[in-house]
Amino acid sequence: MEGLISLAVKAIFVENLALSFFLGMCTFIAVSKKISTALGLGISVMVVQAITVPTNNLLLTYLLKPGALAWAGFPDVDLTFLGLISYIGVIAAMVQILEMILDKYFPPLYNALGIFLPLITVNCAILGGSLFMVERDYNFAEATTYGLSSGFGWALAITAMAGVREKLKYSDIPDGLQGLGITFITAGLMAMAFMSFSGVKL
Amino acid sequence: MSQTKKELLVDPLVDNNPITLQVLGICSALAVTSSLQVSMVMALAVIFVTSFSSFFISCLRNQIPGSIRIIVQMVIIASLVILVDQILKAYAFEISKTLSVFVGLIITNCIVMGRAEAFAMKNPPVASFIDGMGNGMGYGLILLLVGFIRELFGAGSLFGVTILETVNNGGWYVPNGMLLLPPSAFFIIGLIIWAFRTWKPSQVEDREYKIQQAEAH
Repeated sequence: MEGLISLAVKAIFVENLALSFFLGMCTFIAVSKKISTALGLGISVMVVQAITVPTNNLLLTYLLKPGALAWAGFPDVDLTFLGLISYIGVIAAMVQILEMILDKYFPPLYNALGIFLPLITVNCAILGGSLFMVERDYNFAEATTYGLSSGFGWALAITAMAGVREKLKYSDIPDGLQGLGITFITAGLMAMAFMSFSGVKL
Repeated sequence: MSQTKKELLVDPLVDNNPITLQVLGICSALAVTSSLQVSMVMALAVIFVTSFSSFFISCLRNQIPGSIRIIVQMVIIASLVILVDQILKAYAFEISKTLSVFVGLIITNCIVMGRAEAFAMKNPPVASFIDGMGNGMGYGLILLLVGFIRELFGAGSLFGVTILETVNNGGWYVPNGMLLLPPSAFFIIGLIIWAFRTWKPSQVEDREYKIQQAEAH
């Protein structure tokens, strides 16, 4: 349990997907103009992340790993090279299913999040989360924790960024830095702030 | 064809750069720019994937049904990325270790999808191939620029060859360790964008709020 909490803290603050791995940057920059939309997108990313990382973990353990197909009578088969294509398939399918469920049972939520869901399939933070899960060899419990907390970290980062940008638009910025340029520099400053968490352990 | 092939190739380098203007594809690669060699490999990988994915998607564009086009594009892109990943693992294992998940993340690199969606679905294969290559190169250009600055000033070397002898090795240069950390990539790109837009003022974004000018007394 302690290990899981420490993993969660690490995933939210120290190894924040957006600010220390630059994942999901396109959406991070493009959708962080208003706090409300940023929050909506952040929550959708968190939900999708919390579903896809454990799912991909199961897929890896029972289908792709060397020896994982022993239950089907193929103990020597190693399908890890198919990893990338299956993870992205799972993500695309999960997003689609989530969209349909929301549409059917939670229309208000669907209306709020609807436009962001298709964007999430191509959000690197989601695929990145699954790939980190594979690279670091997490088990199912760790994968679930990691998915949820890394999604939370991303949501935190984009909401904070939107807060900064809402204030920033009133400031007097040189012409060439207007918009994208200053956003990058703000993100850099935020990333530095997040770096001060490094070394924090529970 | 309104654009010639040369324009397709050269246009995305500066005038319509995917990173500085279209805000595409900043996702996957900034973390890998701390050394020039790795940036180079990443840039080549992205050029390969964008050009060939655009080519194949364009070949199939009349066969792909509109409703499932995203998933078809994904499969084509993912197959190409797997190819790159396996080649890197076989022939450049050290680099593939440094790149870690970022090779896989080329799949979700918005440049690849963006070009497939915006260009390859509407244009013939050869033009799409060139367009993909141009955009990959525009991306690679920024990547190499950032990698160059970060490695030269952060570690005092280029491609691992020492250029500025660092203090630790008895030289004179005190390396700026900050440049090897992730936040520096944000600053460098912010400044590159500033430089590009000062050079090409047409790219400057409009202000959302105009600041009231003080009246002259």
